[in-house]
Amino acid sequence: MENAFGQPQNVVVLGGTSDIARAVTRKLCAARTHTVVLAGRNQALLDDAAKEAQEYGATKVDTVLFDAQDPSDAARCVSEAFDKVGEKIDLVVIAVGLLGDQLELEVDPIAAARMMTVNITWPVAALTEIRNRLIAQGSGRILVMSSVASIRVRRGSYLYSGAKAGLDRLCEGLADSLIGTGVTLQLLRPGFVRSKMTAGLKDIPFSTGVNEVADNVMRGLASGDRVIYSPPILKYVFGVLRHLPAPLWRKVSDR
Amino acid sequence: MTRRTLYGWGRTSPSIADVVLANSEEKVAHLFDSSAQVIARGLGRSYGDAAQLSGGVVLDNHELGGIGPIAPNGQVTAGAGVSIDELLQLSIPQGWFVPVTPGTRQVSLGGAFAADVHGKNHHRDGSLAQHVTSLRLVTPTGVFTCSPTENADIFWATAGGMGLTGIITSLTLQLLPITTDQILVDTQRFNSLDTIMDEMSRRDEHYKYSVAWVDCMTKGAHMGRGVLTRGDHATTADVDTPTRTAPRSAALSVPFDAPSGLLNPLTIKAFNELWYRVAPKEKLGQPQSLGTFFHPLDGIGNWNRLYGKRGFVQYQFCVPDSHGDTVVQAIKRLSSSGVPSFLAVLKRFGAGNEGLLSFPSAGWTLALDLPVGPAALPEVLDDLDTMVLEAGGRIYFAKDARLSPDKVAAMYPRLAEFQAMKHRLDPAGQLTSDLARRLRIVGK
Repeated sequence: MENAFGQPQNVVVLGGTSDIARAVTRKLCAARTHTVVLAGRNQALLDDAAKEAQEYGATKVDTVLFDAQDPSDAARCVSEAFDKVGEKIDLVVIAVGLLGDQLELEVDPIAAARMMTVNITWPVAALTEIRNRLIAQGSGRILVMSSVASIRVRRGSYLYSGAKAGLDRLCEGLADSLIGTGVTLQLLRPGFVRSKMTAGLKDIPFSTGVNEVADNVMRGLASGDRVIYSPPILKYVFGVLRHLPAPLWRKVSDR
Repeated sequence: MTRRTLYGWGRTSPSIADVVLANSEEKVAHLFDSSAQVIARGLGRSYGDAAQLSGGVVLDNHELGGIGPIAPNGQVTAGAGVSIDELLQLSIPQGWFVPVTPGTRQVSLGGAFAADVHGKNHHRDGSLAQHVTSLRLVTPTGVFTCSPTENADIFWATAGGMGLTGIITSLTLQLLPITTDQILVDTQRFNSLDTIMDEMSRRDEHYKYSVAWVDCMTKGAHMGRGVLTRGDHATTADVDTPTRTAPRSAALSVPFDAPSGLLNPLTIKAFNELWYRVAPKEKLGQPQSLGTFFHPLDGIGNWNRLYGKRGFVQYQFCVPDSHGDTVVQAIKRLSSSGVPSFLAVLKRFGAGNEGLLSFPSAGWTLALDLPVGPAALPEVLDDLDTMVLEAGGRIYFAKDARLSPDKVAAMYPRLAEFQAMKHRLDPAGQLTSDLARRLRIVGK
């Protein structure tokens, strides 16, 4: 069970090897989490993340392999992860995503479609299974990794931002659909985060490290806010940016 | 059967359960026919997740009513769903008061026994279980009559057992004779924690009732300043026109959730300051009604809404006399970390009882109301747990919403005995709660 501060005991992390997911897992394990099941596509990386979770206080860890390019397999992945926890699940983190190189992707229809599959189609398939299972148990939280990029799609990364926008808007409705079920869904919208996914890209204003994101997640779990911004000021920054006239937006978003 | 969202008085961690009513032992026993998991719930005044069970069945005990006639010796049998308020409405005019009352009248007798509640007279009279002469308990393996002499092992597992041994359907209580509805109260103000604790150690024994309200927001020399109120029942000789009127229900109610953050360091500091300033420096022998003295917060309905949507946690611990400095350290840790806390309640406990999971044990107890929000709060409370444990103390389950399961066995050394009894009464593990799962008191 989670406690009054939203600190969970039993956790499933889909996309558990991403830098942000690992930072969040570390904080959760240092708080109350004793059982973690990490799902990802690379067993060696999963083992590494699992070992780290144990070092930070988890007493039971396990892993599940999946390929986010195959949405028909998402339900199996979720079932396997839930079964491996073996008790009621308090929190499911969905941190599945691919940034990609826009310039390569935008000329390749198959690669462009793959961006949609990984960033939205697979997560939605997984969410559907998660939703059913959590409603049945009468409690639980879902934390979906979105991005401030989803608030207004920019031309420099319209495939990634666009997919995140789809996922983000869909989750807003999904969250509403959960009212009265005992289950809640929270969206995490980080700004630019220095991690292996963004390696080589240049820093922009309001960039953070992964541990700062994880701190904001812990605070968000306690507050229950529907959308967790990291850093929190981005809520206001994007509150303005989303209303900029298009020519100005293009200028600003091109940096 | 209705599916409802349930949470504790602190309004954190809601969960969904099928809520059912039952008005007889047979119907209660029926709940165990299926393999469903079950917990009983009274008036929902435990602060955390003790009376909720996500995905399970929650028995709302309020149809387990009925108050028998009060015998000439002051014994009365009542349904587990009867509240202390309902009992007082009947008993005070007849010259009887409850032997123990927590800070609110709005608790069911079943819930009060399951938490083995204590009141301002604990240093003299102990907790509720010591005044219950008998009860009926429905378990998956049968219905038991339990008392300190009959099925005593079940009785003492159930006292403080947080509803995990079975569902209490009725209790027989030894009431306290009173001749008026007034308490003669001595109020004294102290400008430091040391002076209050010193006064309580020396002279609490002279009073039946004693409690101190402590300000945890002031730092420095006046840290822990507070107001000590102590009293005894007034006799007909003490008041000019003796009456025996039961307390009235709340006249005011908080109609909606206040914005989170209404109770912030600034407003809480101001409130604590006001509370301290308004209290007389010393006022002796002032008559107060039973309601004013015992249940001041019952005057405002739904006061927990003042904490807003995020809710609040109550933190209550006890430590032995030899570790009174833990109280000082705890208040210091809170006041220095900038975590706002409303007036803290400080009290002396008398000896504990045989309840396997009963909370009170001789020494000091401190209870704090803390709004959820400050990022440092979870860690500060974890640190306090460690301090309390090192001092040989423990945390009160009825207030808890965040203790780590790792510390439970050390705080409650008789946990293994409790688990053995629980297994005997409920081998399939049907009785559980969100609290029991979170603290790993029983299996899943």
